[in-house]
Amino acid sequence: MMDTEIDRGLLEKIADLIGKPVGAFNIRKDSGCDGRQSTEHIEITSKEDKPGIDIRIKPGTVGETCYIPVIITKSGLREMVYNDFFVGEGCDVDIVAGCGIHNCGGQESRHDGVHTFYVGKGAKVRYTEKHYGEGDGTGGRVMNPETVVYLEEGASIQMETVQIRGIDSTKRSTKIVCGKGAEAVVTERLLTHGEQTAESDMEIILDGEDSKGRVISRSVAQDHSEQVFYPRMVGNAQCFGHVQCDSIIMGEAKIKSIPAITANCTEAQLVHEAAIGKIAGDQLLKLETLGLTEEEAEDCILKGFLA
Amino acid sequence: MLELQGLSYAVHEDGGELGILNDISLTVGDGRLVVFTGPNGGGKTTLAKSIMGLVRPTAGRILWNGQDITNLGITERARQGISYGFQQPPRFKGLTVRDLLTLASGDGKLSKDRCCQYLTRVGLCANDYLDREVDASLSGGEVKRIEIASILARNAALMIFDEPEAGIDLWSFARLTETFEQLHAAGGATMIIISHQERIISLADEVIVVGEGRLRHRGTPAEILPRILEDTLPGCPVLTKEAKAQ
Repeated sequence: MMDTEIDRGLLEKIADLIGKPVGAFNIRKDSGCDGRQSTEHIEITSKEDKPGIDIRIKPGTVGETCYIPVIITKSGLREMVYNDFFVGEGCDVDIVAGCGIHNCGGQESRHDGVHTFYVGKGAKVRYTEKHYGEGDGTGGRVMNPETVVYLEEGASIQMETVQIRGIDSTKRSTKIVCGKGAEAVVTERLLTHGEQTAESDMEIILDGEDSKGRVISRSVAQDHSEQVFYPRMVGNAQCFGHVQCDSIIMGEAKIKSIPAITANCTEAQLVHEAAIGKIAGDQLLKLETLGLTEEEAEDCILKGFLA
Repeated sequence: MLELQGLSYAVHEDGGELGILNDISLTVGDGRLVVFTGPNGGGKTTLAKSIMGLVRPTAGRILWNGQDITNLGITERARQGISYGFQQPPRFKGLTVRDLLTLASGDGKLSKDRCCQYLTRVGLCANDYLDREVDASLSGGEVKRIEIASILARNAALMIFDEPEAGIDLWSFARLTETFEQLHAAGGATMIIISHQERIISLADEVIVVGEGRLRHRGTPAEILPRILEDTLPGCPVLTKEAKAQ
């Protein structure tokens, strides 16, 4: 497990993993299982009918973390994976996913994954996924993650999705259905550069009374990259939803941001804000007066924005 | 020591040339507190900005500690000990107050205690502000005080403040004047403050009235303050007319 320098580097980038994880984990490497451990409360099993795993978390599990990173180090490898999470009532857990591709060959490497969460009554989930690509091959690094979340009464998910660097093409889809009193908070951070393209399609459905949804999306598009965002919030009951998209555009990049809010109930309160702009000149000047060069100032602003 | 020699700044407008700064020469000795005051549009900010390198003069020279810095960029001037507090500081999504103070101080491991000291001196409590982003969630007055705290953290040999009182409430303003007074008494820094406030003007070693791109009057606060009032009242034709009618 984690045999090579490349493996270790990728795992650290996408899951902050150094050494063998503590608790439940499943490391998927080049379409095979590179290590797995279940615990008393978290059981991980392979699916029988298709590639992927089932993660069952016993009701009342509190304070445990489950790691399920995916790494691809072979050029030309393509996979489609289905992972299902069954989070029991009253749980309070962290799930760390993420995918790292190292492609030094000429063929496209691609990971498509569907993660489905069934979150029981009153359970809290913090879900982090980071996507990262590296390698000097000409083959593309492609990731298309799909996340579907069903929140039962009083359940919540805090989802943090980050694409750091090096993913040539991504089409991400996120759908969250909130039951009564449930809450979904999605924080998205995206950086594209070179000729990369990224598309993010998000839908939060506020079905239950007093449900809440919040999307905070920040992105930076550099060079010739292109980004498209479709964050949508649908209110079907007395609920509160807020969508906030901010993008910094640089070089010859293109960004399209199309937020939508739909109310199907008079008690639904929905807000959206979207802004695209370049780095403000006065921000650069201010940081230069603190002794930073123009390049350092730009880095500092982008780092803060995507933090 | 700061020396400005024959400094001019002109812009081209409708085929003609408009002088914003006209042949300004000035020397500010180490540890001095100089206040620039005068009417809006008179050239105060342009003059201050040209010292920081934010505006490039079209003629003249700027010397800092004997070195000609006229052709140096903003970053180099900052590294040589010049700092500038903006009248309308920018906001940064994602950068916290602590980040900004840390950047300003140049000390990557700036302690919470130090941050707290800088913020207290502008009337802010570190516990409430350190982890807040310097974004639109802060009021104009808060951003302004954080800007001044960043200059205190920078601790440069020359501190330039452009209307530090603008947008700040009366209570915080009293704290701020005290801070300027203490800084000046400590004697470590040379200060140039653009201000219209009598309380700040009265702290100065020298007050310079800048108008129409020139240094119109220079003197101590006691000499200049009455002149400012004199210039103000007859300057208004309506007031003068009414006075005559009575």
